[in-house]
Parts: sequence; C-alpha cells; structure tokens
Amino acid sequence: MGERFYHTLGWILLASFVGVLAYLCTLNPTKFLELSLYGLVLGSIYALVALGFALIYKSTSILNLAQGEFLMVGAYICLSLILQFQIHFIWAFFITLLFSVFLGLAVERLVLRPLIGEPIISVIMVTIALSSILKGMVIMFWGNDIRPFPKDIPFLAGKPFPVFGVPMAPIYIWSFGLAIFFLLLFAVFFKLSRTGIAMRATASNQQVSQSMGISVKKVFAISWCVAAVVSSVGGIILGYISGVGITLSFFGLKVFPAVILGGLDSILGAIIGGVTIGLLENYSGGYLDHIIPAVKEVFPFVVLVIILFIKPYGLFGKEEIERV
Amino acid sequence: MPSGLFHENYSNDERIFQTLWVKGWLWVFILFLFFGFPFIVSDLNKILRFNVLHTAILTGIFVIGAHGINILTGYTGQISLGHGAFMAVGAYTSAILMTKAGFPFILSLPCAGLLTAAVGMVFGVPSLRLRGLYLCIATLAAQFIIEFTIRRWTGLTGGTQGMFVPYAAIGGFIFDNDKKFYYLVMVLAIATTAFTKNLFRTKPGRAFIAVRDRYFAAELIGVNLFKYRILSFGISSFLAGIAGALWAHYISLIIYEQFTIHLSIKYLAIVIIGGLGSVLGGIFGSIFYVGLEQLLEVMSKELSASFPLLITYFVSIKEIMFGLIIILFLIFEPDGLAARWRTVKAYWKLWPFSY
Repeated sequence: MGERFYHTLGWILLASFVGVLAYLCTLNPTKFLELSLYGLVLGSIYALVALGFALIYKSTSILNLAQGEFLMVGAYICLSLILQFQIHFIWAFFITLLFSVFLGLAVERLVLRPLIGEPIISVIMVTIALSSILKGMVIMFWGNDIRPFPKDIPFLAGKPFPVFGVPMAPIYIWSFGLAIFFLLLFAVFFKLSRTGIAMRATASNQQVSQSMGISVKKVFAISWCVAAVVSSVGGIILGYISGVGITLSFFGLKVFPAVILGGLDSILGAIIGGVTIGLLENYSGGYLDHIIPAVKEVFPFVVLVIILFIKPYGLFGKEEIERV
Repeated sequence: MPSGLFHENYSNDERIFQTLWVKGWLWVFILFLFFGFPFIVSDLNKILRFNVLHTAILTGIFVIGAHGINILTGYTGQISLGHGAFMAVGAYTSAILMTKAGFPFILSLPCAGLLTAAVGMVFGVPSLRLRGLYLCIATLAAQFIIEFTIRRWTGLTGGTQGMFVPYAAIGGFIFDNDKKFYYLVMVLAIATTAFTKNLFRTKPGRAFIAVRDRYFAAELIGVNLFKYRILSFGISSFLAGIAGALWAHYISLIIYEQFTIHLSIKYLAIVIIGGLGSVLGGIFGSIFYVGLEQLLEVMSKELSASFPLLITYFVSIKEIMFGLIIILFLIFEPDGLAARWRTVKAYWKLWPFSY
C-alpha cells in the first residue's frame, strides 16, 4: 500500500471526524461549547508541557520520559513554599520557576552529559531512572497522599466568570492565559533572542552550528532548563485544579500523543498537537463516557496509534531520509 | 595438543558448547537446580533470612519474561515499553480460560502465550511505517490501552477487584505449594533459555540481529523488515504471556495494578542490567534484580528495630535505589553483567599471565 493510500485515508478520517463534531455541535450547542472551552484550557496545558518535550527532543534528540516528574516536582515545591513557608502564591510561583532552572541544569550536567554518544536505549533508560529517583524523593519528602492547594489565593478563588455564556472558574481562565503567555514568550525567544536563534541552529545541525561558534553544551543545558520551567508551570496549574499528588507524573506520559500528533521535532506541532489532544480528550469524555466509562483516560492513546498509522512523522515532523 | 580453543570448521564454531568442560558444568548446574537446591532451601532460609524458594520462583518467571523482551529489545533493537501489559494479557487469558471456560492448565498456558503473541503482533503492525523512537511510543500506547481494557472490562477481568486464579495442574498433579511450582517454573525457564539460545542460530534469529544492527542495509540485502519485526514482536510477547500466566498461577490473585508501566520499565531495567542482546544477560539481570528487591526488604526488616523511620521511607528508598542502580550501570557498565562475566572468565582463563 503506497503513500497515497494513507494520504487519502487520513483525509477521509479527518473529514468524517469534523462531520461528527459538526453534528454534535448542532445537537446541543451549549454542551459542545462547554466541552470545547474546557478542552481548550486542558489543551493549552498539554501544549505547554509538549513544548518542553519537543524542545529537548529537537535540540538533543533525547526522549525525556521524566517530563511528568518535572511537573510533579514543580507542583510540590510551589505547594510547600506556600504551606510551610507561608510565602505568597506569586512569589512561590517565581521561586519554583527559579528552582526548575537549577533542576534542569543539574539533570543535564550530572546525568545526561556523561551519556552523550551512547545508544538511544541508554539515554531513554536514564530518563526513566531519573523519573524513578525524582519520584522516590518526592515520596520521601511529601508522602503519598494528594494535597490540595489552599483555596484562598485572592485572584484565583473568585466567582465563576461567564465566557460565551459558559461559567468558568477563574483558575481555568488564568491557566489558559498563562499557557498562552508562556507559549508566546518562547515564540519570541526563539525568533528574536540570540540564544533562541542559537538553539534553533543547533536543532537543525549540531556540527555546523558548533563550527560557527555556538556552544552546543550550553544549548543543551538551556533546553533542559526551559523544559523544566514549562513543566513546572503546567504542574502548578494542574496541581491547583486537581490537587498535588504522585499521579501528576502521569501527565508527562499523556503528553506523548500531543507531541506525536504534531511531530516529535516540531515546536509549532507540539502546540497544535497539545490543543487538539486536549479537545479530543474532552469530547470523548463528554460524548462517549456513557458507552465506555472513563474512556477519556485512554482516548488520546487510541488517537496516537491511529496517527502513527496514517502520518508516521506527525503533522509537522521532519521525515528522515535514510541512507545505508 | 592445542593450548587453547581453535575452530577448524564452521560447525565447530557454531556449537553452543565450545568445550566439554562448559557442557559438563552446565549439566552440574541444572542437576543442582533440580536435585540440590530444593533440599537445602530450609538451611538457606535460616542463613539468608528470606524466603529463598519464593525468590527462586520469581527469578525463574522473570527469566522467561526477560528472554522475551531481550529478543525484541536486545536482538531486534526495538525498545518496548509494553511488556508489563503483555504479561497481563497472558495472566488474564490463562486465568479466564481456566475459571470461565474450564480449560485445563496444560491447554490454557499455551493459549495464553498465543493470544499474547497475537496482541503483541497487532501492536507491532505500526512498525510497517515507523522507525526507532516513534515505535517505542506505539508500545507505550499498547501499555495504556491494554491496562485500560483490563481495568474497565469488569465482567471478564474483575476490574479493580482483581480475580482469583486456580492452582496450575497437569493431569491429577496439582502445583499447590512452592516446591512443586518451583519445578514447573525451572523446567519452563530452562526450556525458554535453550529456545532463545538456539533461536539466534537460525535464519529468523540472524535476520533479527541484522535488523537491529543496520535495518536499512538488511532490507537492501533482502531481509523483509516488516515480517521479521512482527515475528520478533510475536515471539517476544509469547514469552511475556507465558511468564505472565505462570506469575498469575503462582500469586493466585491478579489485579491490573500489578501490570502497570512500572513492570514494563522493570523489565527494561533487567535486560539493561544483565546485558542487552545476550541470553546470559536475561538470567543475570533477573537474578540481580529479584535478589536486590529481596535484599532491600530483608534489610528494611532487620534495621527497622533500630531505625523505625526506615519503614516509612522504604518505598522511596526502593525507588531511588532502582534509579541509581540503572544510572550507575549505564554510566559504568553499559554492556551489563554479561559483559562483566565475560571479562572475568577471560581473566581466569589466562591467569596468572595477563596475555
């Protein structure tokens, strides 16, 4: 079966999918709008975490399976700053981001640099080992149970706010705004700043950029920092919405479908993939839940398998040209 | 008389047992496993202060599963993050066939293997168009989809309640205690080891290695990539299914929580610690890993009297140790225990001379 077959199949699937959504929309517009809005919020968090993921893959070709643990650690740090040190949420947030920068640096320097040039499986395994260590430390310091964020943070705890007639808690609006803000920030960073341009150059060709005087080691370190920072932001938002617990680390694995949909090495793809998967997850939860309970937990992975069949390199991924 | 090992023709070179000496020791070891070990277990229990027989059975089961993932990851170069779920398929198939369809154990065990092989092959189909990391993520999807199915298909699998598994029995002989089960596991573990060792002296086995080393070149010289990748997925998950079924019959209560992504990761760790692409590696890795787990448990029990906090931190210490050991192995001994074994053997062969 040739490429054209998959191409046609892809378009047919997409068209029928849009058709189904349009039908559902006319069936019950309010429900559809509500699902879409919440899906968009969830999707923007996915996009944020997926951005960090794609960035690491693009510049260092490492599949970071410890992304979810970065998220969890960030949420726990922020929470204990607020609860134990009585620091205001805003400051706790920024201190957490600072901490994430150091976490990213430490991980890159201590664990991943010794493994440069080793086979892929070693590098993947090292990120798995890292996730295990981080998880162990979190259990050691904070125990096993889910802890909620304090609900008296002034601007997050207000009354639900109507968006297109759908009442939404302020945290959802804030998280959407925050995610968009960080995505834009990084877009500008990659487009205009010197470091951002160096990172894009390294991603496109390591050897050439090294010979042009770019420090590839520094780029690797910055990639890990950025990934840790965006994960922490995602972690704090998710932690506020659903409580801080070990289960937060699963979010890192659920980001895979988003990254794959966009293509592993495309940052724009990660964002689009993240939003799409967030929407799909919510639609499946809203419309299929009475047929298969809790289907939304697994739906992104089903989508993932379908995407892998039809577009193996995602929507925007670079197709590898293979030579012997 | 030759003063070393010299091969005069190809059949000589391809022999499994290069010398009579090796073959002899292997037989001594196997005889010890069957007629020596079970009889000194009670003494060992006293010395080592943990249930040695239980450890040996777990090791045997893990050896079977580790050979499975080694065939796929170590020999075909395909990282699998779904072996925990494949084990679950085997475990539940055997349990359901025995309790609900009334199959005898002797039929349900191979059925468990075959169904797992089929499931594994289905999730291997994306390899038609996928390479490397993308396929690794496909196996991750397999893990989650299978786990979800088991958790939610309450009518068949008991869902979050889990299900009871009857004892394994062949004819009228019921494997209802550890000692009997030990023999069953050992026979199967040795058979699996022999199978894996021999697999790589056949055409498919050599094709697997070619696919791992240079898949593009392999395709050019006529190795059908898709066929051999699927075959590798099939054999690998067949063994995972057998291991899962044995595990189910041994622990006799199975819940989906025993087969999460952590189990898949454990398997990857075992083959990395033991040595990827080496039959001995699967065995060493399993012994090391299961032994380490038992040791940590014993240590925490022994030390809990003087350090009561240790029990509270036990889970986290275990996680951290697990991670540290993998990282240390990857940095200092990337080829695993099997490579260390070879260097030690080479050293003693020439001792006391260095060349």
